[in-house]
Amino acid sequence: MIKLKNNIATSENGFIFNPSTGDSFTSNPIAAEIISHLKSGISTTEIKTILLKKYDVEVKQLERDWEDYMLQLKEANLLTF
Amino acid sequence: MKIKYERPVIKKMNAGIMDKFGMPSQYDPVKEIDGVEVKQLIHQYGSPLFVLSEKQIRRNYQSAVRSFSTRYPKVQFAWSYKTNYINAVCKIFHQEGSWAEVVSGFEYLKALNNGVPGHQIIFNGPDKKAEDLRLAITNQSLIHIDHFNELDLIIVICEELNQKAKIAIRVNMDTGIYPIWDRFGFNYENGQAWTAINKVVKASNLELIGLHCHIGTFMLSCSAYEIATQKLCKLAMRCKTELQNTIHYLDLGGGFPSKNNLKGALTGTDSIPTIEEFAETITSTLLSFGFDTNEMPLLILESGRALIDDAGYLIGSVIANKRLSDGRRATIVDFGINLLFTSNWYDHQISAAQEYSQYTEETVLFGPLCMNIDVVRYSINLPLLETGDQLVVHKVGAYNMTQWMQFINMRPAVVLIDTKSSPHLIRKPETLDYLELMEELPTYLNT
Repeated sequence: MIKLKNNIATSENGFIFNPSTGDSFTSNPIAAEIISHLKSGISTTEIKTILLKKYDVEVKQLERDWEDYMLQLKEANLLTF
Repeated sequence: MKIKYERPVIKKMNAGIMDKFGMPSQYDPVKEIDGVEVKQLIHQYGSPLFVLSEKQIRRNYQSAVRSFSTRYPKVQFAWSYKTNYINAVCKIFHQEGSWAEVVSGFEYLKALNNGVPGHQIIFNGPDKKAEDLRLAITNQSLIHIDHFNELDLIIVICEELNQKAKIAIRVNMDTGIYPIWDRFGFNYENGQAWTAINKVVKASNLELIGLHCHIGTFMLSCSAYEIATQKLCKLAMRCKTELQNTIHYLDLGGGFPSKNNLKGALTGTDSIPTIEEFAETITSTLLSFGFDTNEMPLLILESGRALIDDAGYLIGSVIANKRLSDGRRATIVDFGINLLFTSNWYDHQISAAQEYSQYTEETVLFGPLCMNIDVVRYSINLPLLETGDQLVVHKVGAYNMTQWMQFINMRPAVVLIDTKSSPHLIRKPETLDYLELMEELPTYLNT
């Protein structure tokens, strides 16, 4: 189960702050939306279903980009395992 | 109605003091070149594709000629074939009034085939074969001698042909730019150039009519040209006073930079002098040197890069995106160092050919070759590209269409967009048949 670290602060316009490292990030709207879903505890499958309904994107493309995004979050030290 | 999709991306914010060069400029898409859509060009001619703007070539040429001819009465440009010797390109320069400057036998033949009269071909370079020299002497071309072996060979050939050759010697010198380009021609400071001049003047079948130098490439200093012009003028005057040999032309070569970003240059293109500045330096030095008004030498210039770099584009497509082990974004495109030789020393400006949101990602741009060295840009901020999206690489008109490699991939087509915005195929994409045309298979292997 992918989970965002508890203390990560996010804003509606895509600003992300990690108080434990002091790092801050900007994100595009879909990235911010995924973070907000992750924070609310929705499962990965559910988030993907929401995105597929909302955005004009193929499943394969979303899967590829999802993997890439998780790598970005991991690299940014924003995930907990 | 679903919302337009864009892949999710986060970008770390780096707090710190802004440097004095400010933030990167806006990344506007480049959807068309000279009024022709990039998408249409790729659809019609394939991807990748070199595109040349005839309008820009002519504009560059006319502007450079104007810079010099408004300051000095006798000016002649000679198109540097090695910079781009596709015939359509050469023909444009010749139509504009440019002579040809060649550095090999096949370039010499190309110039002749392009209709350039022999006496308007300048033959430079250290590797002129005997048969090339025979042709050049017969055609009364301007032969710029590089070394004593060549000088001796020309004397022998002239005797054989019983004909006089029109000669200039190439002079290398200290102009304050280091390392000194001393591998071509005869050195000024150690007296070698004067020795060569004496030898030419004494040879009954050689006519010394010019002096030539080419002090470097992508020169960022006008003062180096002032020194070079001074030294050539002094040599010319010495030829006149001590040897009673009038020098009819001084060829200052080329080396003027284009507006490309040299790797490691902090100031980008802002510090690159304009052709106007080079023209002012060279012509004012010539005019103030003290030649008789009726004996002002013709000024020849062999500029290549500055006249065509910004008229050339390479358009290509995204093959794939991936993330590297250290978290960096990587994008693989269908053009690499096989086509962009100049990416070895330039950070080429690259634009997307379609609209994106304002979000960008720092990306490593890899070419398509299965070779680790194939990196077009080590770090570039690009919009969120997807497979099949198109990119436009700027200022690639110089050297890439002559130094490109047929390696792993074939060389692509080259298109010229004319002054009325009509594209013309000026070099077909290579095929396997073309590639194998020169191969021979021994019969014992042909089973």
